[in-house]
Amino acid sequence: MPSHNVIISNAVKRYGDFTAVDKISLTVKQGEFFTLLGPSGCGKTTLLRMIAGFNSVDEGAIHFADLLINNVPAHKRDIGMVFQNYAIFPHLTVWDNVAYGLKARRVNPQDIQRKVREALELVQIAPLAKRRPNELSGGQQQRVALARAFVIEPKVLLMDEPLSNLDAKLRVQMRGSLKKLQHRLGITTIYVTHDQEEALSISDRIAVMKDGRIMQVGTPSQIYMKPENPFVAGFIGISNFIECQIDAVDPREARLLLPDGDTIASVRLARPYQGGGMICVRPEQLIFSDNYGIQARIELATFLGDFVEYEVRLAGGQTLQVNEYTKDIADIRPADTPICVSLNPDRIIVYSEDAEVLTC
Amino acid sequence: MLKGGIPRLTRPRFDFWFFVKISVVAVMALFLIYPFFTLITRSFFSTRVEGLTLFNYERFFSRTYYMNALKNTAYVTFLTTLTCALIGVPLAYLMTRYNVWGKRLFYILIIMALMSPPFIGAYSWILLFGRAGFITKLFAQFGVRLPTIYGKTGIILVFTFHLYPFVYLYTSGAMTSIDSSLEEAAENLGSSRLRRLFTVTLPVILPSILGGLVMVFMAVLADFGTPMLIGEGYTVLPVLVYNEYMSEMGGNANMASTLSVIIVACSLLVLFLQKILIYKRNYTMTAMRPPQVIQVHGFKRFLVTLPVALVALVGLLPQATVVVMSFIKTDFTGFIGGFSFDNYRAIASRLSRNITNTYWFSLVAIIFIVLLGMLISYIIVRKKGLVASAMDALVMFPYVIPGSVLGICLIVAFNRRPIVLTGTAAIMIISFVVRKLPYTVRSGSAFLYQTDPSIEEASINLGVSPMKTFFTVMARLMLPGILSGAILSWITCINELSSSIMLYAGRTSTIAVAIYTEVMRMSDGTAAALASVLTVTTVASLLFFLKISKGKVSII
Repeated sequence: MPSHNVIISNAVKRYGDFTAVDKISLTVKQGEFFTLLGPSGCGKTTLLRMIAGFNSVDEGAIHFADLLINNVPAHKRDIGMVFQNYAIFPHLTVWDNVAYGLKARRVNPQDIQRKVREALELVQIAPLAKRRPNELSGGQQQRVALARAFVIEPKVLLMDEPLSNLDAKLRVQMRGSLKKLQHRLGITTIYVTHDQEEALSISDRIAVMKDGRIMQVGTPSQIYMKPENPFVAGFIGISNFIECQIDAVDPREARLLLPDGDTIASVRLARPYQGGGMICVRPEQLIFSDNYGIQARIELATFLGDFVEYEVRLAGGQTLQVNEYTKDIADIRPADTPICVSLNPDRIIVYSEDAEVLTC
Repeated sequence: MLKGGIPRLTRPRFDFWFFVKISVVAVMALFLIYPFFTLITRSFFSTRVEGLTLFNYERFFSRTYYMNALKNTAYVTFLTTLTCALIGVPLAYLMTRYNVWGKRLFYILIIMALMSPPFIGAYSWILLFGRAGFITKLFAQFGVRLPTIYGKTGIILVFTFHLYPFVYLYTSGAMTSIDSSLEEAAENLGSSRLRRLFTVTLPVILPSILGGLVMVFMAVLADFGTPMLIGEGYTVLPVLVYNEYMSEMGGNANMASTLSVIIVACSLLVLFLQKILIYKRNYTMTAMRPPQVIQVHGFKRFLVTLPVALVALVGLLPQATVVVMSFIKTDFTGFIGGFSFDNYRAIASRLSRNITNTYWFSLVAIIFIVLLGMLISYIIVRKKGLVASAMDALVMFPYVIPGSVLGICLIVAFNRRPIVLTGTAAIMIISFVVRKLPYTVRSGSAFLYQTDPSIEEASINLGVSPMKTFFTVMARLMLPGILSGAILSWITCINELSSSIMLYAGRTSTIAVAIYTEVMRMSDGTAAALASVLTVTTVASLLFFLKISKGKVSII
């Protein structure tokens, strides 16, 4: 299937004084499953609709391979799109919905027959071909929308939160089949979601967005393990942020100090740095012990099955979230228990005051 | 490597919708804005004074003749608004909160009262309670003299039973969209049912009631046929417009223009007052749990049904009367008794032109209304922006322009070069289109608001151009809404009197005009037969509307 890379250079979209997309540059590789992830209002859907041709590009350029598409009207861009609420034509049967784009392209009738049948089989709804959209469940409508988008063999496939209207169980199930299907078709896909778990599980690469800008681009593990700034660290998964003083005259042995002067950890930094900063640590990277680490007290214990989530308050007043796996412990620690907390120095990220990563 | 050079800034798009907008704006400018501005200009001219002058306005505010008409208008509009509130609100309460017998039937009857033209109502009341009316004569045999139906009493009576459905529809709409938890909260806090009604329910739905009352007010202010037929010398402003225009025939309708401007100013003032009154008081809500219908039985159920039945049946009386009367023999003295088809034979031989005119003009108007209605409602809902909001305001403007005023507008705009249309079928059709378009635009846009915008984008995305998408997908999806609106437009077109009476020439006369002229020349039988033709068409169209709109399109 002919698929293309997508090159976005310095794309800008403004609504009056508000800049929805602010000089974004990205390259989506051929055949890649690429996700735009961010909170609502971050500009991810705006950017997707700029690629689709429903929003104009105010500045910058969007290329499919080496073709500039800024001024190509939406109906000539040859893009497949799956809409958030499916946008199935309510007056057409499943079959006619899927055949719609092929007919617009004046594909000959035998090929239409064959392609629609194949597409419906691929998404496993061939028996429903003669049904009307109002006789379908949400998941089935989702599959129709998907088949309709890829049956035209588009240059690029766009998906705008396609799973957000499904119930939790079906969502996880569809996630898997979506990824498998995309892999099989090898079609360049740009996917928009605000659900970080979905993004992590489905994507080859993710761009995390905020306020119309890109905060980080990387593989799911890069984004989770090495967030380049506190926003990404806070948005992807749960992070504890601890303000600290950094004493790194010798970057190989930097000391991180709490406001009350206690040393919380000694780590290796990339360069010398002296001054304020912030530690970011995941709840599962904090370790309880009876006598090693910072003095703290358990405020709340929440049993969640495979792990227990604790809210602890440090002597200095700050609260942290600590997760402890149930397979590692004998019992739940009750509230008010005094405890010591230490952190795994290999698994923390230290940011400077300017939110720059200092850890190697 | 990258072809195409430096991307240009977005250029203005000369696409399909660009040309549609231009054309629609041009049509509106020619047939709405230009006539209205000509009207305003004309109101500042007089044959007696050179150049621009306030002469007409001075005359209006200094002569008792004109001031009386203004006073009369104010009297009947306010009083009718009050009587409609007194009937409409309790009726809505009974219908929404109790298991009234035959609810569906009464609902249809109430809507019928609204959709039938008021001048037929006026005529029927005269047939029953007029000087030679059946009921008047009946009572006279027992020596009882009934109070006169002519004058302001008759006007208010006719309007009340014609227009109370506005208040009913607005109020019942609001009453069913109150979440029941609101009333339960009041009850829980110790309010009795009656106290709850006056302290919670009614205040919350007040903006809707007000909306209905304003509709009543505007309709009374605009109507020409009723006061003309039953008013007998009780002159109100729309009648005055007609009289002035007739006396100025061959002149240039300056005073009629002035009066028209004053009427429009009055209706704008009322609209403005309403906006102020409901400002910050618009409690829109969607009922998660609509209020329960209270189930009463036996005599109690009879008691809640009785008022509904009385009002609905009295409202239906005019239609029933004209249909019955149309089959009764007449001569120059009036109805003489005995069943016959003579009246229908008479209209078939003498007035068939009016009948074909009515249906032809309305049909042609509806074709334009459907096409324009689809395009305009689409632009209003989907192409937000300056042009769209201007269009939204403009297309609704005819709501505040009474028919007779629109008639004068079109006359003063198109009775001399460059465009002369007076006396043609075209001007009748134009007035129908301009005046009745809002119904179709409203229901069309209501439907469009419920349609997911991405359906259209999906079609474009799959490679179908925006124009083709509009005609193959959007038009298809909007069709039920547009069609329902078009039927309402159709019903009001065939029943249109107040603008037609200004615009018709002998060859272009319609049924409504003929009813008026036949009544004036005391030809009661033919008038009844014509009115029956209209009534039957109206009822049939209305039933068709209820069938295809399936309750999704509001009648108001």
